[in-house]
Amino acid sequence: MKALRKYLDKIKPNFEEGGKLHWLWSTYDAFETFLFVPNRTSRSGVHIHDARDSKRTMIIVILALIPALLVGMYNIGLQHYTAVGIEADIFTKFIYGLLAILPQLIVSYVVGLGIEFAVAQFKKEEVAEGFLVSGILIPMILPVDTPLWMIAVATAFAVIFAKEVFGGTGYNVFNVALIARAFLFFSYPSKMSGDQVWVRTRDTFGMGGGQIIDGYSGATPLGQINTTEVSSFSDFTFTGITGEPLTFTDMFLGLYPGSIGEASTLAILIGAAILIITGIGSWKTMLSVFLGGTFTVLLLNVFAHNAYMEMPPMYHLLLGGFAFGAVFMATDPVTSARTEKGKWIYGFLIGLLAVTIRVFNPGYAEGMMLAILFMNAFAPLIDFYVVDANIKQRLKRVTNKA
Amino acid sequence: MANLINIKKGLQIPLLGASEEVLRGKVTSEFVRICPEDFHGITPKLVVKVDDRVKAGNTLFYSKDHPEIFFASPVSGVVTEVVRGEKRRILNIVIKADSEIEYEDFGIKNVSSLSSEEVKQSILEAGIWFLIKQRPYDVVAVPGKQPRDIFVTGFDTAPLAPSYDFMLEGQEADLQTGLDALAKLTSGKVYLSISTKTKSKALRDAKNVVITEFNGPHPAGNVGVQINHIKPVNRGEVVWTLNAMDVALIGRLFNRGRVDLTRTVTLCGSEVKQTGYYKMLIGTELSSIFNGNVTEGISLRYISGNPLTGRKIAKDGVLRAYDSQVTVIPEGDDVHEAFGWASLSPKRYSSGGTYLKFNKKYRLDARLLGGPRAIIVSNEYDKVFPMDIFPEQLIKATLAFNIDKMEQLGIYEVAPEDFALCEFVDTSKLEIQRIIRTGLDLLRNEME
Repeated sequence: MKALRKYLDKIKPNFEEGGKLHWLWSTYDAFETFLFVPNRTSRSGVHIHDARDSKRTMIIVILALIPALLVGMYNIGLQHYTAVGIEADIFTKFIYGLLAILPQLIVSYVVGLGIEFAVAQFKKEEVAEGFLVSGILIPMILPVDTPLWMIAVATAFAVIFAKEVFGGTGYNVFNVALIARAFLFFSYPSKMSGDQVWVRTRDTFGMGGGQIIDGYSGATPLGQINTTEVSSFSDFTFTGITGEPLTFTDMFLGLYPGSIGEASTLAILIGAAILIITGIGSWKTMLSVFLGGTFTVLLLNVFAHNAYMEMPPMYHLLLGGFAFGAVFMATDPVTSARTEKGKWIYGFLIGLLAVTIRVFNPGYAEGMMLAILFMNAFAPLIDFYVVDANIKQRLKRVTNKA
Repeated sequence: MANLINIKKGLQIPLLGASEEVLRGKVTSEFVRICPEDFHGITPKLVVKVDDRVKAGNTLFYSKDHPEIFFASPVSGVVTEVVRGEKRRILNIVIKADSEIEYEDFGIKNVSSLSSEEVKQSILEAGIWFLIKQRPYDVVAVPGKQPRDIFVTGFDTAPLAPSYDFMLEGQEADLQTGLDALAKLTSGKVYLSISTKTKSKALRDAKNVVITEFNGPHPAGNVGVQINHIKPVNRGEVVWTLNAMDVALIGRLFNRGRVDLTRTVTLCGSEVKQTGYYKMLIGTELSSIFNGNVTEGISLRYISGNPLTGRKIAKDGVLRAYDSQVTVIPEGDDVHEAFGWASLSPKRYSSGGTYLKFNKKYRLDARLLGGPRAIIVSNEYDKVFPMDIFPEQLIKATLAFNIDKMEQLGIYEVAPEDFALCEFVDTSKLEIQRIIRTGLDLLRNEME
């Protein structure tokens, strides 16, 4: 490390004011601060600072996402080898999934960070870390068979038009990863929904080639209930890709077709625990999303006249992107309500809307994305009313006295 | 039985280097320097010239906007230099001190027999009016305006803060006289806030005041927090604020008939070898207590005040006007810590959950430990801001200098020091105290 420090000190003058490479200062700074804690000391105000910074915060979020990502990788392999009817051990399945996701992660990071660096350079600012999280989120909420060029286009669109035009990390109105997904969902619906995109049936880098077995169906559980002809939920069963019924354990572990990261409720709960213990994710938001969802489902159950409306809350929370959205998307502090009271309202409405969209709009099997984006737009309004209550109270103090 | 208010939000930063409660003697220096920048909101007009002789209590300068506010010399001696900075702003006034201080005689006065106007005139003439500050704006109080109430804090909760109980020993009578004097200055009440832990009889049994007990972590000792809980400041109202040590200094004027700006000061911080309390005048050079008594071989930061709100001073700097604390911590500019974002080091302290927590005291240096960013994390400031105010929204309104919003969100109730902990915990490493200070100054220009 010492040699590296010496080397950095040696090349640093080139990037500082007046140096030949000053135009690359943001890039140099990003790498230097990645390697070493900046030794800049406080000039005004407090003389001591808390050790947490933006980098630490983002790293913890990534750490919380890792379990879901790993299970997602395994699940891709599992679904693939089941679809082609080849026996394979856990390790092979995992490697297959890893190889399937890795190019997507690389594309999303290269495109997104490339834009971030370029913009920071242009604005002569430090490179913000926000995209470190968005970059991993984007592939995780997409179907495994999304073409790489689509990921590149969607990432670029989301970073530029959902974030940078608003001023960069911390100023965006909408969740960047969800904008990327929404962009693809509305631009290339055939690649984002239906029953052909959730399981990779071809080989990946020559690995796991084979013929699809008879009776294969790649529909997601929510897709199944959305299109079912059965009129009562008691007559309905969720099935895996081979037609076998899905058990609760399968649903909890996330072993069914779906987006890469969102299927495993267990892994998401581990992530939620990390976010809550470290205080980075708001438990209030998470809990209120679940409460809002449960409340709405129970309400629908009362007035049910089809199988989807009869579906008990448990399934809503276990299947699809509900848990993932609640834990990792709704809690994004920048696009969420920022007041504590606001978070309760914000989360509750996300849960309510997500279930409503799921059940009443057969075009959108997954309501979570749209619910969160919708509430992103309303978060400032919620905060406005919460803060306004404080303002009114202050005004009342004056008039009471007079 | 006093009212008890429990403060739940806040943070006691576990710093190494708390001071031993031992009085180590009196510190004097050949030269005494007074820095007008300490007195916020004052444009100084010099009364003395170089080579003038002054006695302790003679006026050095007065306020341009309020010529009745004099500023006293703490020592007798000869003015040797007036150091000026950009735009001829006075940086400090240097006085070569006599070995034996000669005091200007203001006459011993019995406060109870004085009128309100006489009390005010006595304090103004003696040049120690600066000890009284006001909200809104957190500046030296304007004598012409009647304060709704006067608030006095009787304890300090800042990191490594001195013990008021210890410092007040022997000054009990001065404190009571000071409180009596303050009571004359307002038609409202004098509120004295004390810690539940205080054993000082002078504080607990103070007369002529409304006593409120506070329990909880920093910033419970900040007068702004106390006002917000006792009787918040509304638009158009003015309250005056002091701490108990400054009240005792005012009491001393009446009891002894002279200006004696001797403070009891704690020397503390992780880099101080022998901590303890010293008696010294404001403006005294501190090098004699630093020499041989601080860690050698690393760069250090000397602070007059506490590590949250104090002023950075040079090694040969002086005790600033309002401070009862001198802190020495590592500067940290010579430290290069690899992969801080992945660090599990027990040396790193965070109030949040992203680092492992140890039950120990920490040696923190002056590094920012990160780069400045936009505000990203929410509910960070709220946890250390025990007032009925939305700190983040107020900071944003202040940044935008949206006067209506600032007023509505409670700008008149706050001082920069109330935001010190917000600045400490901030993931985005913003200079929040500077933001609030600038906002208050702009607002004051706009309104007055």
